[in-house]
Amino acid sequence: MPRRKPSQLTILDRNGERGERPIGKRERSLDFGERWSYAPAPEAHSYIRLRDRYQLFIGGKFVAPKSGEYFDSVNPATEEKLTEISSANEKDVDLAVKAARRAYKNIWSKMPGRERGKYLFRIARLIQEKARELAVLETMDGGKTIKESRDIDLPLVAAHFFYYAGWADKLHHAFPGQKMRPLGVAGQIIPWNFPLLMAAWKLAPALACGNTCVLKPAETTSVTALHLAEILQEAELPDGVVNIVTGTGETGSALVTHPDVDKIAFTGSTEVGKRIAMALAGTKKKLTLELGGKAANIIFDDAPVEQAVEGIIAGIYFNQGHVCCAGSRLFVQESVFRQVIRKLRDRISTLRLGNPLDKNTDIGAINSRAQLDKICELVDSGLKQGAQLVQSRAHLPAKGYWYPPSFFTGVTASHRIAQEEIFGPVLSVMTFRTPEEAIARANNTPYGLSAGVWTDKGSKIFKIVHQLRAGVVWANTYNKFDPSSPFGGYKESGFGREGGRHGLLPYLSLR
Amino acid sequence: MVEERAAAFTRRSIKTSAKLEGLKLVVSMMDLTTLEGGDTPGKIAILCRKAMQPLHPRYQVPNCAAVCVYPNLVRMAKKFLEHSTVKVTSVATAFPAGLMPVKLKLQEVRTAVRDGADEIDMVINRANFLAGEYERVFDQIAATKQACGAAHLKVILETGELQTYDNVRLASEIAMRAGADFIKTSTGKISPAATMPVALVMLEAIRDFFYETGIRIGMKPAGGIRSAKEALGYLVMLKETLGDAWLTPDLFRFGASTLLNDILMQLVKVVDANYQSADYFSLP
Repeated sequence: MPRRKPSQLTILDRNGERGERPIGKRERSLDFGERWSYAPAPEAHSYIRLRDRYQLFIGGKFVAPKSGEYFDSVNPATEEKLTEISSANEKDVDLAVKAARRAYKNIWSKMPGRERGKYLFRIARLIQEKARELAVLETMDGGKTIKESRDIDLPLVAAHFFYYAGWADKLHHAFPGQKMRPLGVAGQIIPWNFPLLMAAWKLAPALACGNTCVLKPAETTSVTALHLAEILQEAELPDGVVNIVTGTGETGSALVTHPDVDKIAFTGSTEVGKRIAMALAGTKKKLTLELGGKAANIIFDDAPVEQAVEGIIAGIYFNQGHVCCAGSRLFVQESVFRQVIRKLRDRISTLRLGNPLDKNTDIGAINSRAQLDKICELVDSGLKQGAQLVQSRAHLPAKGYWYPPSFFTGVTASHRIAQEEIFGPVLSVMTFRTPEEAIARANNTPYGLSAGVWTDKGSKIFKIVHQLRAGVVWANTYNKFDPSSPFGGYKESGFGREGGRHGLLPYLSLR
Repeated sequence: MVEERAAAFTRRSIKTSAKLEGLKLVVSMMDLTTLEGGDTPGKIAILCRKAMQPLHPRYQVPNCAAVCVYPNLVRMAKKFLEHSTVKVTSVATAFPAGLMPVKLKLQEVRTAVRDGADEIDMVINRANFLAGEYERVFDQIAATKQACGAAHLKVILETGELQTYDNVRLASEIAMRAGADFIKTSTGKISPAATMPVALVMLEAIRDFFYETGIRIGMKPAGGIRSAKEALGYLVMLKETLGDAWLTPDLFRFGASTLLNDILMQLVKVVDANYQSADYFSLP
């Protein structure tokens, strides 16, 4: 934790009071203390079988890496080693791409869509059957709360496979009058914030369109992808149609530069996305990127404030703020600023931080030490540049990586915390006076992935959303996902869409 | 978002010690209610006895907060509860419709208070409210508050007839500003009665009133809450919306009749680790 000057920090104590200042008429706050405290309610996990070592999944089989190297996967909530993951080198990646190419040529590209769809339906059903086990694994491996992995991640994972299973034999309806064929072998690199869900977003449309895949999970969250591999085996998906290579950025780099890959789909940081785009420039490979964001969540003075506050919470504290479309820049109309801040301040002190496996936990662990350091560094910059930090006084466990729900006030557009993606539970609050100003400020960012608008006035919603340069705009809600709804960015948030009919396009060649 | 937020409270997992403590808290917040045309002294006696001692003393269950009856039975209930801390609540103001001349409604309130009612549960005039005559609604509440004297006033909004969240919110604000000590969802005679989203809107109104004035208004969901699980959901919603200060019978009540025995059944299960049949719990 960075050191802070006391004058810049407002910490809520047990009674929700601010420091030693007397509570004036406008400072009244509620007391969210220990009266009737909830007993621990941990999700059972004794039945979970983690292997001592996870191998690579190539050609339908689990194989040891040619590199002979393994790295530790750590539970970020306890810092305990969970298991060992294979580190794939260039040779391993080459084997995976070859397996994918063979499967593409001999089986998958020749198979009628109807048959491909059957496999996808089967995979979706198996995911549903094993949903609870996968949710627990996701929580242990990545630090996200069981509440979210159980109620959001896993249902969406299954829904995504179901949705694209339905498209597999209807592709000619998706793009009427056009002939199409799959691209071939897709290299897919996914992030650590929604490990299984991102795997589903990548694999389901690629397979539905007739491509074969080499998937590269994030270094810190490989376990559930390898359990998904077991499900693929159980579904009797033909060998090599999906291959999974684990490892660091070097593994990903080997996949990106492999000459026999036809398409790269990457979700992750803008920095890495730019490097991938440069590496692929001048090649035949197709590319889609889903990168960072710094979304504006705009609250007008005619918004239902209680609901807007819930939208702020859902926008920035969902999944510890490890969300590329997080509503990390809050724009509040000046006339309701005090009201919104007071409510937000009380609301964050009700968020329960701790053991992610406890069913009552709202805020889980930060995914890794590196990410925690990055959050701390940016928060520090905010303090140095004179913004005021408000934090919940949630007790942080001694072990593991944690950051309390926080927000900054007194932020201006030139602060780093208003420009850079923090990717943590830290919100930057700014104000505006008119709708025109709100739009100008919201669009004043290199990113353009998502945005939110809060107002009771329907006409205002339609006027505003058409002027926001963001791939997804939510009105009077936030962070809602559905497989039928396309998702993707403008500007430095990337290009290409995932989800919906649009999500088929990056995996097809139309003629 | 209202429904979504309300549903989130029901997904809290309340186990072991928290469950036991929560169930006891629910009992202590209960207005054990009988509002039937056939209520007789005999029925009131049974109800009062149950409110005073809901379960065998070894379970250390607190008494209910109050019994809630029609005005004619206040005197009877008061007599039965003489040596207990259980309060007598009377519905009044032409419950449940509220469509009587104001003069008669106020007279009814005064009579109930004179007979010993500690608390008055009035109904707002929904006809006035839906016709947009908010001043009339306000004035009647203010007049009733005056007629109550020292008795506490709970104002029933009958949210099932107001229907929209906006109406519920507005009616809550009118009631609080006119002098309500509590706001209450329903009479129990109209379906839907209490629902969690509606109760949440009312709790939020109470929260804003507190932010503005520093005054803590109480809340009473009534009707339709039949299981311990639902009741604990309301308690979670209360704790996470208004905080610790409201976790007391002085500021939160459940209006119910059949709920109590399900609470007791769950409570015995937590203590003894096995379920008893319903035959082991006396009917209220």
